[in-house]
Amino acid sequence: MSKSIRIRAKQAKDNATQVKVLIKHPMETGLRKDKKTGAKIPAHFIQEVKCYHNNELVLDAVWGVAVSQNPYLSFTLDDAAKGDNIRVSWLDNNGGTDQREAAVK
Amino acid sequence: MLELSRRKFIHNSVFYAITATTLAHSVLRAGNAYAAWPTLAYQSDNVDDVLKKLYGDVGVVASDDIRIKAPAIAENGAVVPVSVNSNIKDIESISILVEENPNPLVAQFNMVKNQRGYINTRIKMGKTSNIIAVVKSNGALYSAKQIVKVTIGGCGG
Repeated sequence: MSKSIRIRAKQAKDNATQVKVLIKHPMETGLRKDKKTGAKIPAHFIQEVKCYHNNELVLDAVWGVAVSQNPYLSFTLDDAAKGDNIRVSWLDNNGGTDQREAAVK
Repeated sequence: MLELSRRKFIHNSVFYAITATTLAHSVLRAGNAYAAWPTLAYQSDNVDDVLKKLYGDVGVVASDDIRIKAPAIAENGAVVPVSVNSNIKDIESISILVEENPNPLVAQFNMVKNQRGYINTRIKMGKTSNIIAVVKSNGALYSAKQIVKVTIGGCGG
């Protein structure tokens, strides 16, 4: 189910590559209540996001519940060339996971 | 005092070297191995305690070389765009905290390799608060803050 991640990696000025990642995820805090039943909605959020450049770990993010729903992340990578492989994977607190690859443009 | 801090420094660097090696091994072995999620830091309800649990007893120095870009007024606290940019050398990690959130720690970004010290993301804010960015470099901590006024909170309820 690699449809939860969208990656755009594009070369910019002076050897820098801008990597933009959009992930589809509810990011439930565990504090919200169901408006009809009043029951708490259990926490369901991404805890770890890993970004790889040509199979080498470059960014290792650890998230809490306060990252917005459908998270967006962007960072600047050095020493990446056109056609290089960028891989992003995430893991949530329920053990859900997904990953996706893209090429630098 | 000098002797003590020097010893502590050596102790720390050895510790980091070991941790780095262990990390490298587990990454090589398992491909997508995930490190332990810092539960205690995410459960903590005040900024000082978060930093202590995340980094240990390291003093935090205010820095002009960390730029936080966030709206002065956020109409919707559920989605507040934030970027952190710094030219500090050898950045190991950037953490984003919201002072007034029930649990201040929002996210920690470990800059493993080839990073330019730039992170852009979207966060939730319960009410008007300072956003704090903490940058770790060569074992030292630097921070900057910026206030964001929130009209509608982002923590549901």
